[in-house]
Amino acid sequence: MTLLEANGVYKYFGSLYALRDVSLEVEPNRIFGLIGPNGSGKTTLMKVISGAHYPDKGTVRFNGTDITRLSPHQRSRLGVSIKFQITAVFEELCVYDNLLIAKQANQSSWKLLWSKSKRLLHDEILNVLEQFHLRERAYDRVSDLSHGEQQWLEISMATHDLIENLKFSQQQSLEMSMVTALKPRLLLLDEPTAGMSREERKTTGEILQLVKRSCAIVIVEHDLDFIKDICDQITVLNNGEVLDEGTPAQIESSEKVIEVYASRV
Amino acid sequence: MKTVPRYHITPILEVVVLAMLLITPLLASRFITISLTPILILAMLAISFDLCWGYTGILSFGQGFFFGIGGYTVALLINKAQLLNFYALSAAAILSGIIIAGLFGVFLFFGSTRQGIFIALSTLALSYLGERLFNGWFWVGAANGQNIWEVVSVMGIELNPGISFYYFILFLLAVTYLLCRFVVKSQLGLVLSGVRQNEERLDFLGYRIQVPKFLIFVFAAAIAGFAGGLYSLHEAFVGPTYIGWVFSTFAALYCIFGGSGTLIGPIIGTLAIELGRLYLTDIEEIRAYWQIVLGLLMIGVIVFRPTGIVGFIISEKERIGYFGYKVSKWRFRKKWAQKASMEGPKI
Repeated sequence: MTLLEANGVYKYFGSLYALRDVSLEVEPNRIFGLIGPNGSGKTTLMKVISGAHYPDKGTVRFNGTDITRLSPHQRSRLGVSIKFQITAVFEELCVYDNLLIAKQANQSSWKLLWSKSKRLLHDEILNVLEQFHLRERAYDRVSDLSHGEQQWLEISMATHDLIENLKFSQQQSLEMSMVTALKPRLLLLDEPTAGMSREERKTTGEILQLVKRSCAIVIVEHDLDFIKDICDQITVLNNGEVLDEGTPAQIESSEKVIEVYASRV
Repeated sequence: MKTVPRYHITPILEVVVLAMLLITPLLASRFITISLTPILILAMLAISFDLCWGYTGILSFGQGFFFGIGGYTVALLINKAQLLNFYALSAAAILSGIIIAGLFGVFLFFGSTRQGIFIALSTLALSYLGERLFNGWFWVGAANGQNIWEVVSVMGIELNPGISFYYFILFLLAVTYLLCRFVVKSQLGLVLSGVRQNEERLDFLGYRIQVPKFLIFVFAAAIAGFAGGLYSLHEAFVGPTYIGWVFSTFAALYCIFGGSGTLIGPIIGTLAIELGRLYLTDIEEIRAYWQIVLGLLMIGVIVFRPTGIVGFIISEKERIGYFGYKVSKWRFRKKWAQKASMEGPKI
């Protein structure tokens, strides 16, 4: 079963090809890595998947539905979450309120006005914060957090509705957690470890392994060491085209990839 | 376990302002009371601007337009339809604001262009257009406006300028204030602050951000329309200047001077600017220049204290506040909360 399927995607900016005939397939409960030199089209591809850009040619299908022309919030409601390269959290709010905002996205304005879910979400939010090592920072402003903590907050916001499944997956078997993850989910991460310390990277890897049990993840990364440890499948982009794809081991020994990385980076 | 920090300065400030407004008519002259009444009405207008700008980040220069529409609605209903029921007149003023803002808001928020500057410019144009239109429209009195000769009464009190009208307006201002506080402290208020900070992120989280923006715009217009109706009742007059960009920009001035993003700020700002105007125009040497004084003060505030004069005492953290669940201090609420947490989340 394929969760995300991009087929022959083209994207131009004026006369510049950002993407040229790019196809990829992502399966559930897998971490999918997207690497390539600067300007190879990784971020553009993420934007095409999340709906920030529409492709000029080609289709994007999610869980069998054509989402090529859907707006970001429609995709989000289907189950596509994104975390951008630049941290985009609500800086003036505290950590807790950031999650509160993420968790109520599907509520009507009327329900929001009466704040009905505030009390019901309390335990759930504390639980998420626990998982993401942010429990102690719950009532601190986001602007006071370290860079790594902000990144975790963003990942937690993007995967907010998986928390019940996360609890299950820790207590029970993997199959059980897959059964409970009824809603197909895709998490897009654009450079989640940029600017993180070694220690923070390790924690991020652990968090992602946990999240992976209930959704598929697509990661754009520069850091090859980080990505080869946690990814199940890697696609290498170069000049807007797919250079190579395969398991981390295959990519590491691929001559085409070594050539590009040796000459460009 | 860490709990939600609590702040107390805003409630203290609210009580102080309310107490001062309550005792002023008892101590001051009738002239002051009558001058203060329209200022309190303008404070409602300033709050309506604040809901758009301070809380949601929509720069709306249309508040003066909704204000004027409310004023004209009341004046025309009294003069042309002999309607003297205060409740019906208020409902009409509120409805006029809702309808106009609703129609306009559909284009503003659900149209293809949704950039901030577009909203600022088109609402400013709307205000200007309204003033020109009513200035040349004979049926509504053109440049002469409408005088209101009838006196409206409510609960047996005649609404003539004076102490009873003052207290009635103060009561309405307090009700409006509490209503707005309920809205901005709710989870909808949390979403509004999200709109102000990072609209795009909300979109990617799955919010249809146009809906809360549209709703708050219409709600603010309802308050502005209501204020406009009260204003024309108090002044017994409505003219084309009431509908234009002058009131729109003054609403912005009051709010930003007092402190946008708080509800008490616009009230303090309105009082400060309007009382300043009252006294400065009394001094012969300054009379012609008081607007320059106001302008300089304004620049000073924006440069040195962007959060307005309220920003001197209310911290940034308190201004934004917390939206999460707070375990109440009161015992009976505590029991209730314990019971709820034993039952567990119901989702």
